Amino acid sequence: MVKVGVLALQGAFREHAEVFDALGAETCLVKRPDQLAGIDAIALPGGESTTQTKLLATSGLKDPLIQAMRDGLGCFATCAGMILLAAELHDARADQQPLALLDISVQRNGYGRQVLSFEAEIDIDGMPEGFTGIFIRAPRVTRVGNSVEVLASLGSDPVLVRCGNIWAAGFHPELSNDLRLHQLFLNQLATTEGV
Amino acid sequence: MSPSDNKHTTGTARVKRGLAEMLRGGVIMDVVNPEQAKIAEDAGACAVMALERVPSDIRRDGGVARMSDPQMIVEIQASVTIPVMAKCRIGHFAEAQVLQAIGVDYIDESEVLTPADEAHHIDKWDFTVPFVCGATNLGEALRRISEGACLIRSKGEAGTGNIVEAVRHLRSIFGDIRKLTMADSAELFGWAKELRAPLELVQEVASRGELPVPLFCAGGIATPADASLVMQLGAQSVFVGSGIFKSDDPAVRAKAIVEATTHYLDAGIVLKVSTGLGEAMRGIEIDKLDTRLADRGW
Repeated sequence: MVKVGVLALQGAFREHAEVFDALGAETCLVKRPDQLAGIDAIALPGGESTTQTKLLATSGLKDPLIQAMRDGLGCFATCAGMILLAAELHDARADQQPLALLDISVQRNGYGRQVLSFEAEIDIDGMPEGFTGIFIRAPRVTRVGNSVEVLASLGSDPVLVRCGNIWAAGFHPELSNDLRLHQLFLNQLATTEGV
Repeated sequence: MSPSDNKHTTGTARVKRGLAEMLRGGVIMDVVNPEQAKIAEDAGACAVMALERVPSDIRRDGGVARMSDPQMIVEIQASVTIPVMAKCRIGHFAEAQVLQAIGVDYIDESEVLTPADEAHHIDKWDFTVPFVCGATNLGEALRRISEGACLIRSKGEAGTGNIVEAVRHLRSIFGDIRKLTMADSAELFGWAKELRAPLELVQEVASRGELPVPLFCAGGIATPADASLVMQLGAQSVFVGSGIFKSDDPAVRAKAIVEATTHYLDAGIVLKVSTGLGEAMRGIEIDKLDTRLADRGW
């Protein structure tokens, strides 16, 4: 059985754990470095990326997480999680250093404040029918590196990207009551890892 | 916004409640100027509440407490990248309209300010911006949700640095939720009457075993152990008002409360961050109070 850890420092981690549970994966919450042991993938939830960045450092998780992902740990990141993974940030605090594990550039709150947060129908590669994307103070992807595949766009903006088994969404599939995107991720993980 | 064929729908319940979900496991700090907002963000606050005076000063000064000067809120918005909340008076929908026009990320229809309407809260469904409201018990929480609140916080007793009221309110809300989950379908009609709350919401809580929106704790948190206590009781995040900037060393205390909120089950970490913090805010005993803010709201 695939085991998915959900980074549980701050934010909507419970929803990701519930979705992966419902899909039959084994899940656990990750707050400490030792909890990275034995997982096949990690979910990086939405929340406040500045808060999560600081807690990654104080909890001692930052370096072990970077190492584990370089060694092939799968990753499913949403919203703040996408910001954490980015190579480059715009409009962020100068001291907010992303993990640089995915070659994209991201503008924080790229669609504006909460009153401009929205839902929109998007088409996802590999999914026969549309998906409702929930965008909450969402990051905007402004650049995608050559190694990164765009799986869904909103107008001209990429909103779901993938590089190997690292996936990142600017929206919140965990709030949609729709398990299909998490399932797509698990399918891909199974193909690449043979689990 | 870039040209797009996709239809954007703003202000849906999922979008409004969704931001509350994103604030879970975090600390929302009261700040009165951009300098404090920066300190809060540096410490790892997941949002700030912009207001002119923290509750303990409102208590001390007396008079009518109103929505803050928009200029001050705008300056705080410009100084941080995390969400900025602001308070309006209970029932004062015109203040709420102004706050929405400023573009605050959340409005707190708050008993800490002087109520504007003694019978009615704001119809919060009317707004694109989401609202948080205080509650002392389950009936009050469900009435606020029926009016469109997307986030509930325990009221506690703001500005006292005394956690006892917040604990009372959380225990009351979670205790009644636990009882609801044991009730049979016929008993839920009686519960709805007793709680003075819509039957549909009572039934939803009975089947889910929790509120349909997140429940945070506010009112009296002053130490990392206070944060751990209310998180263990079931709160999903904490609001800290006077507790940080009325203490000896706000930056260090703010960071300690953030870490204790994340690692609330790990007494070793709560111990570590509690050590050497300096004086907490000076607290007040509840029966020495002239005004009980938690009694405001209906």
